[in-house]
Amino acid sequence: MKDLIKSLVEAWGPSGYEHHVRELIRGYAEPYADSIEVDALGNLICRVGQGEGKQRIMVAAHMDEIGLIATFQEPRSGYLRFTPLGGLIHTTLHGSRVRFENGVTGVIGAPEPLGSSRQNAPDLDSFYIDISDGDGAAAVAPGTAAAFWRPLEERGIRLIAKSMDDRIGCVVALEAMRLLAKETPHEVYFAFTVQEEVGIRGARPAAHSIDPDIAIALDVTLAGDEYKGERNGIRLGAGAAIKVQDPGLIVPPAIRDWMISRAEADGIPYQLELLKAGTTDAAQIQSVRAGVPSGCISIPCRFIHTTSETVDMRDVEACVQLLTGLLKH
Amino acid sequence: MDTTLLKSLSEAHGISGREDAVRKIILEAIYGHASDIRIDPLGSITAIKRGTVAGAPRVMLAAHMDEVGFMVAGVDGDGLVRFTAVGSIDDRILPGMRMKIGANAIPGVVIWTPIHIGREQSVVKLANLRIDIGASSKDDANGKVKLGDMIVFDSYFGELGAAMVRGKALDDRAGCALLIDVLRGGPYPVDVLAAFTVQEEIGLRGAQVAAQTLNPDVAFVLETTTANDIPNPLAVPDEMDEPNPTCRIQGGPVFTILDRSVIVNPRLLQFLRATADKHSIPYQLKTQPGGGTDGGSIHLANGGVATAVISNPSRYIHSPVTYLHRDDFDNTLRLVQAVLHDVNRDVLASLR
Repeated sequence: MKDLIKSLVEAWGPSGYEHHVRELIRGYAEPYADSIEVDALGNLICRVGQGEGKQRIMVAAHMDEIGLIATFQEPRSGYLRFTPLGGLIHTTLHGSRVRFENGVTGVIGAPEPLGSSRQNAPDLDSFYIDISDGDGAAAVAPGTAAAFWRPLEERGIRLIAKSMDDRIGCVVALEAMRLLAKETPHEVYFAFTVQEEVGIRGARPAAHSIDPDIAIALDVTLAGDEYKGERNGIRLGAGAAIKVQDPGLIVPPAIRDWMISRAEADGIPYQLELLKAGTTDAAQIQSVRAGVPSGCISIPCRFIHTTSETVDMRDVEACVQLLTGLLKH
Repeated sequence: MDTTLLKSLSEAHGISGREDAVRKIILEAIYGHASDIRIDPLGSITAIKRGTVAGAPRVMLAAHMDEVGFMVAGVDGDGLVRFTAVGSIDDRILPGMRMKIGANAIPGVVIWTPIHIGREQSVVKLANLRIDIGASSKDDANGKVKLGDMIVFDSYFGELGAAMVRGKALDDRAGCALLIDVLRGGPYPVDVLAAFTVQEEIGLRGAQVAAQTLNPDVAFVLETTTANDIPNPLAVPDEMDEPNPTCRIQGGPVFTILDRSVIVNPRLLQFLRATADKHSIPYQLKTQPGGGTDGGSIHLANGGVATAVISNPSRYIHSPVTYLHRDDFDNTLRLVQAVLHDVNRDVLASLR
């Protein structure tokens, strides 16, 4: 599973430009899917199972990562201006490295990285990207997207990378597909969605096409065990996080209890998640067509929306086991 | 450019939700040039111009009928009219602005303090502004205007020399005029699914329903966007604080890379650029991602629709005087018609 994680988290795929990630995932999914389609927005939808009179279940994990897009090049200095794709944290930007699709590496800077009062980060408009290479060969046209760049690091049982949000959710889905080996009493649609980070755009049309009975989103959630962190009860290594609610979704108790009883029956460690800020694909899926009861299995994660998103392999395993168990029964 | 048509569209009163007068002009203009002309429950016009090639893509073109404006929110004891904005309008441009209120187009002016009394330069918030219709009392005012009456900029359509036109509401009546010209032209190989939408300025509402109904294979939004190509006295060229230009007058049709509502499919954007190059039509990329368009709703309709945004560049949108250059309108029309000839099933397949 580590090889799969490494290949997905190091892949390039900011919101709206998920095509490389999609082709990687398609390659991994092909042996375990009964059919694979790409819709008009670029969502990759893999069907497993024929239904046999049971449920149509949608499983959603988003392929995109936060990034940015070059909008303008200063005519003389050559610095690029950009606009964000997703929620960038300003205090992490100065000195960050990005990679454009054509391979050019850029470094983000700001004239006053600590802010004029040294108290708060400058506005996004103050940042620029340096792509100079000394002889003017490196070129990035306006309209070219970039993703942050850091390789995967292992520290014992913990993994540190950019874009764990939400490639680790994609990994959980792919691992569950592999373990199911096309054996499920349900008709399961694994949707690898686009454009979650810019406002949950891909999941809605995907759910419209799939027209599921129930849905499960897979995404990272804020671990509350960071130093002086929000005490939300979520700890790294304490198991799969079964969502109770977030600002965009109140999980129907039947869905929540379905997940809890499966975890308890199979002896899978779990924790309950009440998230105060942020939401997932499930927030949109729940209101598609006549409504879709939706839940979420979350992977606890530290330092979300930075290049050092940290997860614990025990939690990842627990999420895979829980999802597989739910889809098998 | 049909200047007479654009003039009547520009001068029609039609804030979001009150597009009736605009709808009437468009219905008359497209009659006989399209089939299946319908008014949907929200008030958008949908119409179809059948293509000449069987099985060709169904291409949605959308332009919004509504304009930004205001609504009467009440009358003060002294007969001054309180008002609220419908759509985004900069408070700074309001003092001294002439307005027309309601079905009888009652004229009024937004109050301000003459410079003899107030030399303060700070912005007055809309909540503290009123419209003076010359009423002597609350009763007098209530006889002329009522709560909920539509308020529009008191403006006229005019020609500035041979090349430029000015008028209110060219965002997006210029897009409506383009779409009318598309329907009057042709024939095209593809089915053109035209949507003149309502309520774009308050949240892309009409387009959502129109796109769900039309269920197109691909969509192009015809818009009018900000050309911020005016000098900024504070900027030193090429310094860090230089503002990004968005697009410029006479630069040709503007292609959106992304805005707050949609990330344009990069392969569809590439198709637009290639089409413009092939037909030697100048174009520009919108390098400032502010605002949203009907594309935000359309691309999420049903199972998803590959959507791009093509705009006329124009100065001073969301004001009584928007400037539009004939060359830009003509080039945008040429581009849209070229797209309708060149888009086919192979292009659609390449988008995925």
